[in-house]
Amino acid sequence: MVKKFSRPKALKGVNTHYCAGCGHGILHRLIAQVIDELGIQEKTIAVAPVGCAVVAYDYWDFDACEAAHGRALAVATGIKRCRPESIVFTYQGDGDLASIGTAETLHTANRGENLTCIFVNNACYGMTGGQMAPTTLLGQKTTTTPWGRNPQYGEGWPLKLSEMLSILKGVSFLVRTSVSNPQKIKETQNYIKKAFINQMENKGFSLVEVLSPCPTVWQKSAIEAVKWIEQEMVKEFPLGVIKG
Amino acid sequence: MAEAAVLAGCQFYAGYPITPQNELTAYMAQRMHEENRVFIQAESEIAAINMVFGASAAGFRAMTSSSSPGISLKQEGMSYLAGAQLPAVIINVMRGGPGLGNIASSQSDYFQATRGGGHGDYFTPVLAPWNVDEAAKLVKLSFDLADYYRNPVMILADAIIGQMMESVTLSSMQKAQSVNKNWALTGAKNRLPNIVKSFFLKEGLLEAHNEHLRKKWQAIRKNEQKFSSYKINDARYVIVAYGSQARIAHEAVEILRESSIKAGLFRPISLWPYPEKGLRDIGKKVKKFLVVEQSLGQMVEDVRLALSDKEIYFLGKTGGGIPTSEEIVKFIKKNN
Repeated sequence: MVKKFSRPKALKGVNTHYCAGCGHGILHRLIAQVIDELGIQEKTIAVAPVGCAVVAYDYWDFDACEAAHGRALAVATGIKRCRPESIVFTYQGDGDLASIGTAETLHTANRGENLTCIFVNNACYGMTGGQMAPTTLLGQKTTTTPWGRNPQYGEGWPLKLSEMLSILKGVSFLVRTSVSNPQKIKETQNYIKKAFINQMENKGFSLVEVLSPCPTVWQKSAIEAVKWIEQEMVKEFPLGVIKG
Repeated sequence: MAEAAVLAGCQFYAGYPITPQNELTAYMAQRMHEENRVFIQAESEIAAINMVFGASAAGFRAMTSSSSPGISLKQEGMSYLAGAQLPAVIINVMRGGPGLGNIASSQSDYFQATRGGGHGDYFTPVLAPWNVDEAAKLVKLSFDLADYYRNPVMILADAIIGQMMESVTLSSMQKAQSVNKNWALTGAKNRLPNIVKSFFLKEGLLEAHNEHLRKKWQAIRKNEQKFSSYKINDARYVIVAYGSQARIAHEAVEILRESSIKAGLFRPISLWPYPEKGLRDIGKKVKKFLVVEQSLGQMVEDVRLALSDKEIYFLGKTGGGIPTSEEIVKFIKKNN
């Protein structure tokens, strides 16, 4: 009998701490699978975020580093410039990458650092209990937008960081994808692979933005959450290759 | 200080423009390129210290430099460096504060430098040079201490030291010590993954980590107290000063001696750990101390802690004001 599906080597066999229906588990696995396929487990260094995925290194079986909230790409820059032969990637949420770390994100991309960035967009701050994120949709209720995000209250509009980065010459590859159904998950895996291959080929900065469900904060079932991505989130954050 | 860092094997430098230390960044831009090492002008002080965090996590000697307002921004990163036990060298060429202050010499960041400075229970060894030659040697020592203790180390200079031109002997500097960094991120080849972190969520883990750090800081306190003294043996009145202020105090000692006042100088080189043992030894024979600072009175608290039963006077100016040797002499004559 041929075993068709098993745990990637780069993923540890540990129990998950993530909520039911959360996208992080899928993404951790996809990254591990890509690292297996490219045979780069022994030279990969991850930079974990602050947020629910702060302990991403508990799941991955390769070297990893923490970073202060928002600073992952600065830390990754330091690692990669010293060890250009290593494969360095950051894994960051929307609050981390598009709010407190906006400057680091923009300037790392603008310098064209040869890095891979996985940007998990779930339209909220998950770990802190569901506050408004820069990517929160208009009308979306959070603990800090109890009446729904409203620009008239000075809460601004959903920030499209990937589109903002697309005008920068240092950026080689930008894509927005999702993990809302098996087909999209497969596509996401391919995009992640491309983002890693770009780094192996010294092409500069690659970012994969992934729309990812947070059923707990969204107060939806796992099924409703992925439907919400497909019906609502994609209207604000259209899927597809943005650059490269 | 920049050339000393290069000689000490600094492989990575990131900095952000701020006066009065821009010469250092510009020098590194040139020299690091020549040496085929990494120089980055970061987008912010925060990014610079976090790039240093990354370089250090990768096992490389790394440094950043700034001046007071910039160091406030770097304190987040320094807390993380201390928590994750990463070596790094941070140079603070102090200027006037609070806030934007001015760009004149000041010693107002003593509290921030010697009490951790960022969040959490931690300390950073702090070394204060009083001339350019010593600044170079202390930079080298900082890299060695940082690697040995796996902790950030700060050079606390002031604008006078930072802007001064003096001769310096670099040829006598020893080659960089090679340290086994088996904790560094090099790629998990033929070993288990290394994780560099300061995050310990499970009950009891952080407490154990903090206890481990406490032991390290106790060892630093015990082993790394540094000072120098001048005309202490027969002194009846000792001036305590560091950095550029110690040079002015040194001159005051000479003037006082000419008037037959037996003055001496105690100059802390390590501000943390404070050289309290050396100061207490002097306190066995001397009753009167004058602490002189370019601040409203910060180091004087450590002197009071070390010498609780002595007469301790304070003379300080800040905001660009610098206590002169004449003022020191006048003060001591009045309080003799």
